[in-house]
Amino acid sequence: MSPPALRVRDLTAAYGPVPALRGITLEVPAGGVAAVLGGNGAGKSTLLRALSGVLPFHGGAVTGGEITAGGTSLRGLRPDRIVAAGVVHVPEGRHVFARMTVAENLRAGSLGARDRRRAAEARDRVHALFPILAERSRQPAGLLSGGEQQMLAIGRALMAGPDLLLLDEPSLGLAPLVTARIAGTITEINRYGTAVLLIEQNAALALRLADHAYVLETGAVALHGTADELAASDEVRRRYLGVATSGEDEEDLGPGPAVRPLARWAG
Amino acid sequence: MTALAELLVNGLASGAVYALVALGFVIVHRSTEVINFAHPSLLLAGGYLVAVLHDDIGFWPALGAGVAGAAALGALVEFVVLRRLRSGSHGTLSIVTIGVDIVLTVEIARRIGAEVLPLGDPWGDRVVQVGGVTIAQARIAALGVAVAAITVFLLAFKYTSWGVAMRAAAEDRATAALMGVRLGRVSAGAWAVAGALAALAALFLCVFPTPGLDRATSFAALKALPAAVIGGVDSTTGALAGGLLIGVTEALAVGYQDEAALLRGGFADIAPYLLMIVVLLIRPTGLFGTRELARA
Repeated sequence: MSPPALRVRDLTAAYGPVPALRGITLEVPAGGVAAVLGGNGAGKSTLLRALSGVLPFHGGAVTGGEITAGGTSLRGLRPDRIVAAGVVHVPEGRHVFARMTVAENLRAGSLGARDRRRAAEARDRVHALFPILAERSRQPAGLLSGGEQQMLAIGRALMAGPDLLLLDEPSLGLAPLVTARIAGTITEINRYGTAVLLIEQNAALALRLADHAYVLETGAVALHGTADELAASDEVRRRYLGVATSGEDEEDLGPGPAVRPLARWAG
Repeated sequence: MTALAELLVNGLASGAVYALVALGFVIVHRSTEVINFAHPSLLLAGGYLVAVLHDDIGFWPALGAGVAGAAALGALVEFVVLRRLRSGSHGTLSIVTIGVDIVLTVEIARRIGAEVLPLGDPWGDRVVQVGGVTIAQARIAALGVAVAAITVFLLAFKYTSWGVAMRAAAEDRATAALMGVRLGRVSAGAWAVAGALAALAALFLCVFPTPGLDRATSFAALKALPAAVIGGVDSTTGALAGGLLIGVTEALAVGYQDEAALLRGGFADIAPYLLMIVVLLIRPTGLFGTRELARA
């Protein structure tokens, strides 16, 4: 059996004196999809930044624990070494290089690839996955729509030929139809053997895509299990899927109508 | 009319040299957001290497050594000084470069002493006549070499992996790091290229009609700072436009100083700075600058 795509043990991280991750343990099986759910400030983005080595850019640091990907220890490595180890992070908010063309953005994505000679091959795959990127290849990325920018951000990450893709809120700010499109490509990418660690506020979407899921609360894993288990658990249904459950939990939800599922979560 | 044509050609030639220096300011600023006040000292170092080496190893090898030496010195400054201070603000780092400039300039000026060192260039004071217009060969060489160097630089910036990495890092450092771009390498590379361009510029600041390299040569380099600012410090196109504007303005101010009382008494020396102030009053981001608009 091949080693898991990602194994995190007791990971702690902090922004200065403020702890942000308090002992996270999780695993993404080789070729699997895992999701991390949680509200704002639960530490989801911090977790991905810690994994990809860019926490120092945001004023934070990993303070303890272990991170291994496919048998290689990632903790303390520079971001370029982590990319070279096959772990690539698509940041929240897309962050395409707005002043560069779509083609140049993809080229930037291949800068850290283990084997740059395969860049053309990777680009063909990305174009097949997102034909719009081939059509818009010479346009500045800043002129793409939000959904197209998200496709570009994912495509750019794929240029490095990752074994594990870290996706931070790919559905953020996108229309339901576009979100469905992105969800479809995540499944497609995974089918070609790339493992995915997905962070989502859209819990319904995340639980549909993932095999395993972890619920983060104030920097620690509060719940974990298979996606089906979590989707069926009362607590996840109540807090993240917006489904009302009977019983004692109802009083802290406020007046009745507030618990109706939001349209976005049905996406 | 021929006088004007001569002035324009000479102005463009020195403008192209200023553009070389201004490009150095721009690429360091783009990759590290630091205004590199140590740039004149890199220029002086490159020129000094050419001056001391050309007698022994010949002019062209000496020029190569000067370019390589200034590039190495630039990368060294980045590695030894700036990288250790990464946590400092861009303002602090810019001020640190003033310190670096003073240290390097004082040391090189001490070595130069009161002398004026010739650079041993092959052009000397020979001139060519084109349709009644007299132009020094050295000026033509300056224009040709500067245009060639700038073209190579811009093509590299646009098409090579190095250029893509530079532009990605300039636009969004954290995201560039996520792509596996090595930011330290990118900024050391920017300093090295800036140093190399400065050394080339040093050569043409010291050839005819200038007698040679002296301790004041670095002041000439400072004129390229307004050139970079006029163009907008984050724009390579701006550096070229700014350099040419400064060169032509200066040549015209010198050329017509006998006709207009205003231009007398060293007006040419302050013209670049006046031009900078006027441009900034009209366009606070410079002619081609975008940063402020993008961040708004």
